[in-house]
Amino acid sequence: MRRKAAILAAVFTAMAGAFLWSAPSANAQDWFRTGTGLGVTKARVAAPDAAARSSAAEPLAKVFSDVLRADLDYSGIVELVSPSFYPTVAPSQPSELKPDAWSAAPVEAYMVAYGNLTVDGTNLAAAAFLSDVHNPTAPLALEKIYRGASTDADARRLAHRFADDIVSVLSGGQPGVAETQITYTSTRSGNKEIWVMDYDGANARQLTTLKSIALTPRWSPDATRIAFTCYVPFRGVTSAQICIYSTASNRLIAFPRFRGTNSSPAWSPDGTQLAFMSSQNGDPEIYVSDPNGARLRRVTFAAGVNTSPVWNPKTGKQMVFVSDRGGQPALYLANSDGTDAQKIDLPDMGYVVDPSWSPNGQLLAFCWRRPNGNYDIYVMDIVSHQLVQLTRDTGRNERPSWAPDGRHLVFESTRTGTRHIWTMLADGSQAHQLTQEGENESPNWSPR
Amino acid sequence: MKNGVYRKTALLICLMGLAVFASGCKKKAAAPTPAPAPAPAPAAPPSKPTVTLEASPASIQTGQTARLSWSSTNATDLGIEPGVGKVAPEGSTPVTPAQTTTYTITATGPGGTATASASIAVTAPPPPPPAQPNLSQLFEQNVKDGYFDFDKSDLREDTRAALTKDAEFLRSYPQLRISLEGHCDERGSTEYNLGLGQRRAEAAKRFLVSLGIAADRMETVSWGKERPVCTEHNEDCWQRNRRAHPVMLH
Repeated sequence: MRRKAAILAAVFTAMAGAFLWSAPSANAQDWFRTGTGLGVTKARVAAPDAAARSSAAEPLAKVFSDVLRADLDYSGIVELVSPSFYPTVAPSQPSELKPDAWSAAPVEAYMVAYGNLTVDGTNLAAAAFLSDVHNPTAPLALEKIYRGASTDADARRLAHRFADDIVSVLSGGQPGVAETQITYTSTRSGNKEIWVMDYDGANARQLTTLKSIALTPRWSPDATRIAFTCYVPFRGVTSAQICIYSTASNRLIAFPRFRGTNSSPAWSPDGTQLAFMSSQNGDPEIYVSDPNGARLRRVTFAAGVNTSPVWNPKTGKQMVFVSDRGGQPALYLANSDGTDAQKIDLPDMGYVVDPSWSPNGQLLAFCWRRPNGNYDIYVMDIVSHQLVQLTRDTGRNERPSWAPDGRHLVFESTRTGTRHIWTMLADGSQAHQLTQEGENESPNWSPR
Repeated sequence: MKNGVYRKTALLICLMGLAVFASGCKKKAAAPTPAPAPAPAPAAPPSKPTVTLEASPASIQTGQTARLSWSSTNATDLGIEPGVGKVAPEGSTPVTPAQTTTYTITATGPGGTATASASIAVTAPPPPPPAQPNLSQLFEQNVKDGYFDFDKSDLREDTRAALTKDAEFLRSYPQLRISLEGHCDERGSTEYNLGLGQRRAEAAKRFLVSLGIAADRMETVSWGKERPVCTEHNEDCWQRNRRAHPVMLH
């Protein structure tokens, strides 16, 4: 229990900064313990409905409030007080706030997020406030006006921005992920194509129409490109190649084609290098090149499958990859030029694949099929090798990808019978299903 | 004396000459006396017409054309049946009978009528010879997949046996090039399976090279778990998917 709590503490303290809240949070996982110095306690936040300044603003205020509450509830550092405890009258601006009504039982909130929406023609303005009601003077921690178009889509967008700003205040400067995107593969339009959706599953849209097979998409660090595996004709056969999609110009960018199978592209944290698997010399090995394919060099030299490279996102100087050179696929840690490759030992045998490196460089998430076990997601501290199992007895759970806040993971799960994209907190709690149609796989979380 | 012999001899020669002359003269008969002019003959009856008809060739296949040729004498009206009609006293025409037909030409003239016939035999074309299997079909029939154990790319005994037979076929058609596709079952990492499929394709290729098939005749590609031949969630289907699959390149 202690070891697991320690690793979870690393997850949360790394991102949550120095804020400490005195009330411990209730949590279903008995091995997630909180307390002074062991981990972060979640801040109790109340988020009453935003007021609508006119009838035109009413539906947008509802969307705004619902999305804000969902974002705060899912942020990983907020304990959202249930609206059923709120006072009947909600403030729409600071002069209307009665701090005692919100800091006393049953609400017992520390922060209240509130505001009002105004529609002027096709423009929407959300005046948003965050007040610290635990403090007797109830100072404003945040006061901002968010502007957009008077559409549901923009009401969502403004709520996401307010939620991210609140999370930033509560976590000492680390923004939330409410405005981030997830890229993935879906079959819902007939073939496996690359899609993008908001981090909460809204706004799903198809990017590619290759009518072939498109897999393993990964965002570039500046989010302007998505590299992926595509099947295209080359030398008289259809084979797996590296494709790059520009989200700025909505078209494919050229990348060289090679013999054999070429797959699993991974961007270096500074965006200047692409690592990928290529069997152009007979065996699947890891290669690195510039984003246009120039300066190609081979970095692994071991018989067997060498694939799924990931870079240390903090330093760019190391890589973790999958290799079955020892018989079964396992994780290896090496310098980013491939030298000094060492197997990452786990306390059990099995098939270890799909590594993802956390943004702070300290944790690896991966998929592990233990002997007599199913495919489950684990998180491991790279230095101490302490290990936590995040999924259990719920179908096959594979291909984890870290969110830029280091608090969330997106992954594939077959727990409903169909393969879908799910997110969860990095302690395994609050699993949310993001996709509903088709078969969905290979998710990758966008950078900030 | 001399004079007297000579006179008798000359007289004898003259007499002999006269005799010859006289006999010869008798051979030069005298011109006959002109006969009296004959009486005018009675008018002769008009000649009967004659006609001939030929078909060439005399035997054709359905849909083909033959040529009828004819000539006649003493005829003014000629017709060929069936299907041709009035014709000139002499000529030829193409015909395309649908079935065996006997053509009859009737030639009529002042002297009467004459007919002639010619037959054209029409036969169905011979049946086409049985189709020779083309190379693609031979490939399908003779070149089989090699199968693998879970998470493995080693060649089992049965895999080697299947690939050995494939090599025999490839040796018989040295111009043939193939692509070896490596496939996996539905379980496990998409990314690792792309690599494992490649290893399976390469293992099959290396084995075929060891049996004498030139490496530059074979490409290798991996389809990972993306192109299953079946989708049931049982070992039977999973085994069918774990394969190296040779494909003929055109």
